[in-house]
Amino acid sequence: MSAPGILERSLTDLAQALSRREVSSEEITAACLSRIEATDGKLHAFLRVAPERSLAAARASDARRARGEARSRLDGVPIALKDIFLTKGLETTCGSRILEGFVPPFDSTVVERLEAAGTVVVGKLNMDEFAMGSSNENSAFGPCRNPWDLERTPGGSSGGSAAAVAARQVFGAFGTDTGGSIRQPASLCGVVGVKPTYGRVSRYGVIAFASSLDQVGPIARTVPDAAALLGAVAGHDPRDQTSSPLPVPDYLAGLEDGARGLRIGVPREWLQGGSEAGVERRVREALSAYEAMGATLVDVELPHSKYGVAAYYLVAPAEASSNLARYDGVRFGLRAPARALGDMYGETRDRGFGAEPKRRIMLGTYALSAGYYDAYYLRAQKVRTLVRRDFDRAFERCDLVAGPVSPTVAFRLGEKVADPLQMYLADVFTISCNLAALPGLSVPAGIHPESKLPIGLQLVGRPFDETTLLRAARALEREMGPSPAPEAVG
Amino acid sequence: MALSTEEVRRIAALARLRLSPEEETRLAGELSAILDYVRQLEELDVSGVEPMTHALAAGETPFREDAVLPGLSPEEALANAPARAGTCFQVPRIIE
Repeated sequence: MSAPGILERSLTDLAQALSRREVSSEEITAACLSRIEATDGKLHAFLRVAPERSLAAARASDARRARGEARSRLDGVPIALKDIFLTKGLETTCGSRILEGFVPPFDSTVVERLEAAGTVVVGKLNMDEFAMGSSNENSAFGPCRNPWDLERTPGGSSGGSAAAVAARQVFGAFGTDTGGSIRQPASLCGVVGVKPTYGRVSRYGVIAFASSLDQVGPIARTVPDAAALLGAVAGHDPRDQTSSPLPVPDYLAGLEDGARGLRIGVPREWLQGGSEAGVERRVREALSAYEAMGATLVDVELPHSKYGVAAYYLVAPAEASSNLARYDGVRFGLRAPARALGDMYGETRDRGFGAEPKRRIMLGTYALSAGYYDAYYLRAQKVRTLVRRDFDRAFERCDLVAGPVSPTVAFRLGEKVADPLQMYLADVFTISCNLAALPGLSVPAGIHPESKLPIGLQLVGRPFDETTLLRAARALEREMGPSPAPEAVG
Repeated sequence: MALSTEEVRRIAALARLRLSPEEETRLAGELSAILDYVRQLEELDVSGVEPMTHALAAGETPFREDAVLPGLSPEEALANAPARAGTCFQVPRIIE
């Protein structure tokens, strides 16, 4: 199998080829490493590539396969991780100067499970600092670019994850999604991104941003690939108190059952001209395609979703201000030289944090400070209840809801950096899913007619019903045919 | 709602952030704009609405046994320390 041939294949295809021993993990991993070498100068999807470590893991996988002892169907498949997952012995920075040089002494549960499945981690992916951002421009190590147009953002905060998968550098990746950070970059890069239900995947060893919202999920080129990756990491973990003990279904079973009989809710508020025309057109076409496949469209209302961004920008910064208090220069990460302890804290945090984490720490500290707590944080949590109730009511009449992921296609680098509020509004359609703790995903829904950039369709489902979302996404994927590959990185 | 630079300085002190005068001025403007935006939540009547303090309902996640489990060794825990003294993290003097 030639290197370009390998890279064009889906993760599930490749897993089959590996099990038939038509190709070795070493060949595949080497093909990914060459692709990264050839393209990442332009793309900057990776913060760190681990060639020796991954080739050693690939050879170990090949040896297991030769002995007939494959750990799982994914044994030997190369993937990559957003640099928010702790990887024992491999530097993890979360896109921040304050963690530059930090080598974790333990693995996150996700990493342990991926290793138990035999996958090969080729490196750590670029991201907005502490997962705060929608364009990857908040990375302390320089932005990742969109493989469809290098002058544009891949989205964020898991921008490196989406760009690497779209650009055929790896077959799948993991990211995290607090307000849209998996779905929005997946949409902007033309790949599949899944944010599972809050509690479905362990966050142990995942650097915390907003603990009541953060969730881990896969990014891949096809829905079956994403389903396989989700299945490898989902499930109860006693080390994460928010991890659900519900059994994990086989996400690949029933995946090909089609959309017939599904009731798809169309929230009025999501298609009221809040998106650019080309985006809304593709979303409506996708909805018509579902109807043609035998699904029923149901009008639903999510009247509180318009308050989502406001509630989110109190809840998330408040929790972030608490989570980021641990970066004080004492136990790990950057320490600024100072003569007194108080000065050391202040100097370390001033030098170590970029503008966006500082902004959110300030906002969150303010929202939690004496006299403001009830007016801001408590009120926002009550609004979360209202947002969730809207979905509960909608799900009495439908199996899932559908709408846009992002109001625009990938925007230009620099376009929104001067106006934080405009950047926050990039997540206007994705945030309510996090506030309501529901599963959501982005699946490619075609190419914008003028800009020729990809557009994603968002599906949001009932708690722990990833199965229906994946089945619906797969139906659309089959209907649309294979997504074209981006060409800007060659 | 306009946030004064004095207020920004007070919050920065709470958050242990040392900001430059330029940052203070910029943040006063940016935070004021964001607070104006989130003010729209005041339109909603939330009386009698329970706050969503947990993303999963009570009882959906079990407690584990309070058992002693293996943890990091002192060497592993100290491996990233910017400064150490024996098996302790070392920090600048607190008391002169």
